[in-house]
Amino acid sequence: MEIAISVTTGFMIIGALYAIHARDLLSAVIACGIVGYGLVICFLLLKAPDLAIVQIVVETITLIIMVAVVMDSTREEKFQKLDKQGNFIAIIGILLIVVLFYFMMSSVSSLDPFGEGKLRMAHSYVEGATDLTGSANLVTGVVFDFRGYDTLGEATVLVTAVLGVLTIMRIKGKKSGS
Amino acid sequence: MKGMTSIVKQTTKLIAGMIFMYGIYVIVHGHLTPGGGFAGGVIMAGSFILLILAYGGDFLNLLKEESGTTMYENLSMIVVLFLAVSGLLVGAHVFFLNWLPKGTLGHLVSAGILPLYNIFVGIEVAASIVTIFLALIIFKEEVTK
Repeated sequence: MEIAISVTTGFMIIGALYAIHARDLLSAVIACGIVGYGLVICFLLLKAPDLAIVQIVVETITLIIMVAVVMDSTREEKFQKLDKQGNFIAIIGILLIVVLFYFMMSSVSSLDPFGEGKLRMAHSYVEGATDLTGSANLVTGVVFDFRGYDTLGEATVLVTAVLGVLTIMRIKGKKSGS
Repeated sequence: MKGMTSIVKQTTKLIAGMIFMYGIYVIVHGHLTPGGGFAGGVIMAGSFILLILAYGGDFLNLLKEESGTTMYENLSMIVVLFLAVSGLLVGAHVFFLNWLPKGTLGHLVSAGILPLYNIFVGIEVAASIVTIFLALIIFKEEVTK
C-alpha cells in the first residue's frame, strides 16, 4: 500500500510542477486536476471513503469553474525573466527547502510506524462513538456531535465566502441594476 | 449566456434529475453510509451547474435565481444555529446537545438530531456553491454589456 501511495504522490508532484511551468493556462488547470484526483486515490487507499467522496466532487466542480474562467480570459501565460532580486529569493527558497528536509528526515525516525498511532482520544472515539451518538457512520457522529463547533465554523466560513464574492463581484447595486 | 448543442441538452435532460436525486440520497443517508451534508450538497450544486451550463439562461432569470439561492443559504444557516441552540433549552443544557431519541442503530430515522444537521448543512452548501457560480456568470454578463 505504501508503494502505491508513493507512486500516486510522485504523479501529483509531477502534475504540480507541470502546472507551474505550462505555457497554456488551460493545460495548467488540467494539470492541477491531477493533484486533486491523485489525492482522491490516496484517500481511498488510506480507507477514508467520506473524504474521497467530498474531494472528488469538489475537485470536479472547481475544475469546471476554473476551465470556464480560463476559456473566457486569456490563455497565454506571461513569462518574465528573473532579475537579480528574483535570483536571490530563489536561492534562499532552495536553501530553506534543504534545511527543512534535513530536519524532517532526522525527526521521521522518532515517529510511530505508519498508520499505527496510539492516540488516547482517537482510541476512545473509535470505541465509543457509535454507542454515544447512535449513528452507524462514525465520521458523521464525530463531525456533528463531538466536533460540532468545527462543523459550525466550516459552514460559517462558506457563508462568509459567498458574502465576500457577492460584495466583490457586483459592479452595479441591486436597486440600480433592476 | 448561450446554451450548448442539442446533444448536450438532451443528455442533460436525462441525467440532471438523477444527479439531484443522488445528492438527496447521499445527504439523507449521511448517518448510515459514507457521505453527508457537505458531499451531498456539492453533488446537488453540480446538477444545477450542469443545467445552467447546458441550457444557458437569461440575465434577468439568473438574477432572480441568485436572490433565491442567497435566501436559502442564509435561512438554512440560521436553522442550523437554532438547532444547535435548542440543545441549550432541553435536557443537560449544552450547546450542540443530541437531545432527540437515538432510535435503533442502522435505521433511516435514528441518531437523534444528526440527520437534521446533515439536511440543513447540505442545503446550505448546495445553495452557496450555486450562488458563487451564478455570481461569476452575472459578473461576466455585466462586464460584456
